[in-house]
Amino acid sequence: MIERPEAGGGVPHPRSLEGYVGFANLPNQVYRKSVKRGFEFTLMVVGESGLGKSTLINSLFLSDLYSKEYPGPSLRIKKTVQVEQVKVLVKEGGVQLTLTIVDTPGFGDAVDNSNCWQPVINYIDSKFEDFLNSESRVNRRQMADTRVHCCLYFIAPSGHGLDYVMKEIKEQNIKIYEFPVTEDDEDNKLIKKFKDHVPLAVVGSTLVFEVNGRKVRGRQYPWGVAEVENGEHCDFSLLRNMLIRTHMQDLKDITNNVHYENYRSRKLAAVTGNGIDASKTKGPLTRSPLAEMEDERREHVAKMKKMETEMEQVFEMKVKEKKQKLKDSENELQRRHEQMKKNLEAQYKELEEKRKQFEEEKAAWEMEQRVLEQQRLDSSKTMEKNKKKGKIF
Amino acid sequence: MASADIVRQMGENVRPLSLSGHVGFDSLPDQLVNKSTSQGFCFNILCVGETGIGKSTLMDTLFNTNFENTQSTHYESRVKLKAQTYELQESTARLKLTIVNSVGFGDQINKEDSYKPIIDYIDAQFEAYLQEELKIKRSLHNYHDSRIHVCLYFISPTGHSLKSLDLVTMKKLDSKVNIIPVIAKADTVAKNELHKFKIKIMGELVSNGVQIYQFPIDDETVAKINSTMNGHLPFAVIGSTEEVKVGNKMVKARQYPWGVVQVENENHSDFVKLREMLVCVNMEDLREQTHTRHYELYRRCKLEEMGFKDTDPNNKPVSLQETYEAKRNEFLGELQRKEEEMRQMFVMRVKEKESQLKEAERELQDKFENLKKMHQEERKKLDEKKSVLDEEMSVFNKRKAATELLQGQAFQTAPQMNLKKDKDRKNY
Repeated sequence: MIERPEAGGGVPHPRSLEGYVGFANLPNQVYRKSVKRGFEFTLMVVGESGLGKSTLINSLFLSDLYSKEYPGPSLRIKKTVQVEQVKVLVKEGGVQLTLTIVDTPGFGDAVDNSNCWQPVINYIDSKFEDFLNSESRVNRRQMADTRVHCCLYFIAPSGHGLDYVMKEIKEQNIKIYEFPVTEDDEDNKLIKKFKDHVPLAVVGSTLVFEVNGRKVRGRQYPWGVAEVENGEHCDFSLLRNMLIRTHMQDLKDITNNVHYENYRSRKLAAVTGNGIDASKTKGPLTRSPLAEMEDERREHVAKMKKMETEMEQVFEMKVKEKKQKLKDSENELQRRHEQMKKNLEAQYKELEEKRKQFEEEKAAWEMEQRVLEQQRLDSSKTMEKNKKKGKIF
Repeated sequence: MASADIVRQMGENVRPLSLSGHVGFDSLPDQLVNKSTSQGFCFNILCVGETGIGKSTLMDTLFNTNFENTQSTHYESRVKLKAQTYELQESTARLKLTIVNSVGFGDQINKEDSYKPIIDYIDAQFEAYLQEELKIKRSLHNYHDSRIHVCLYFISPTGHSLKSLDLVTMKKLDSKVNIIPVIAKADTVAKNELHKFKIKIMGELVSNGVQIYQFPIDDETVAKINSTMNGHLPFAVIGSTEEVKVGNKMVKARQYPWGVVQVENENHSDFVKLREMLVCVNMEDLREQTHTRHYELYRRCKLEEMGFKDTDPNNKPVSLQETYEAKRNEFLGELQRKEEEMRQMFVMRVKEKESQLKEAERELQDKFENLKKMHQEERKKLDEKKSVLDEEMSVFNKRKAATELLQGQAFQTAPQMNLKKDKDRKNY
């Protein structure tokens, strides 16, 4: 069944007041303002022609909503299913109600009725869309609520019996309107009675007859008059009481808080954040699309920072590598240079040694030669002397 | 909204329909009220005024409860706001009341920015509501509304005029919240002064363009009383939780040597008027105004700031989805651009560094080329020296060889003479 939105949690014990304050008057203030504002309600009736939809509406609202001038849906059958509306303003006891009745001439009347509900669905969604757009504007004005608050679905009285219908509804998991459970026992009794009678068997009529001295509205048969407002004859009163007198506001609230909100979240989830890839849902959708974007931005900033750090690291590492290579190169070249220098120095030294040796050798030999030369000179002198002396030859 | 408004708003094709009996939708207001009552009501009051001016006492008196507030000091370095929520019940009405008090207002030497924390607080509550409203999955009907519904501005009972702090603050607040100015500790203002004081205050407010809350006169049921009360603004109030016996009753009052000031005596103060207007008659209107006027203004400004518009540059209406999509695309584009920028920057840095390193490499090469050259020159020199030496050695050796040859021959021609010499030589 439709889940009701949770009411605000359990209330802790309120403080007791030591005297008159006056906010007990708040409900009256709300009452006053609501009367001034006026009310609006949109009721949709769906069903094949000839089921008595127009008569029922006229009976519910005790008026000629549908009349010769404004014929009911069954008299306006088009080639295809249409969705049309009638707007009326009714007043009662100082309360103004703008009532919109939406009907669907042609529904279920064709031979092939597959998808005859599509125009109906489209209409309901388009009203949700209108509301969403007005609600989302930057400049918002007083928004009219044209959303469909209740749909009366007319089931043709076939031979199957109502139990069969209820079984089908349960089995197909069709969510019909659930009445809220209240603290009031009387209310709950009525609700139970209603629930027991769903689907309601109704009779509508605007003709008045006299039965047992009372004027009643009903349908006259040879065997008696079926009274519209007699609970033993049909469930009309139940329907009217629940729909109009006790739960009209609740129907509006459920439309606003449940059905509309579902539509809205579906629509927004499809378009924003998840627009590119509709199958990917981002979290529990409890945030606004802008907050989602903020999140994305933050994620991106973090991602960029990470990317930056990584790039930086890689960069530094490469630079380090290159610098190291350069250094190694430098060291190698330096080493070689040192080597060559040493080599050269060694050779220089060798050469020095060689030269030294040579000089020494040369000096020694030259000295020897000088000695020999001297000896020779001396000997030559002696020879001369001896020659002179005649010692030699 | 009168029925004419409804018809106009609904547009064409709304026809009045007469009913031939009692349908029963006149219970709609009751249905609405029952729902509101079971949900409980919510009201948030902001009290702005100097320390010790009687804000807490007035709240206690107004709501007939001891809210247990501790007295504040005068030594706060800046203005702060303190909020507390209470659950009250009167008959069938449950009220979640939040009282926000300014702390330290008027205590600083430099009061230029005193109003800022107050504005920030009010805006923060609007923002919270807006955020909730913009969520994809939201629960507005469950939302604890923390938006400020009324600001009671406490005017010092100097008897002369408003302080400039008062004017500045109220001017900043008037587009954000419903302001009801009250003259605090009215029992210190003499009767003849009070009337002049009120006129002076209202005059100053008008001449400074400060828009205070007007009790609404559009609803016939309350138009008369509201209109009368508007003429009594600002309300001169006193608060007291002490009880004094007057006649044979205990009443809330303040006892002076010269008499007893009774809180609920309309001759003594406007307390009852304040209670009547604020709580009994217009509480719901204050909430409504906050939502439909002040909040809408905040929302509109915020959305416009964020770049939302109702029509595109060609004046065609733009739906929310289109706006979101456009924003999203813009946003994604920006992100991409930032990423690209960062990449580019890195590419440039890499290029720079590469050329730097290449430069260093080249310098190194040059250096070693030079060294190599130097080296080669040295080597050349060395080789030259070597060949010089070799040349000398060769020359010497030749000379030596030649000399020894000659000496050998000479020895052969003069053997006897030189035998001794020979021996000597041999011994040599």
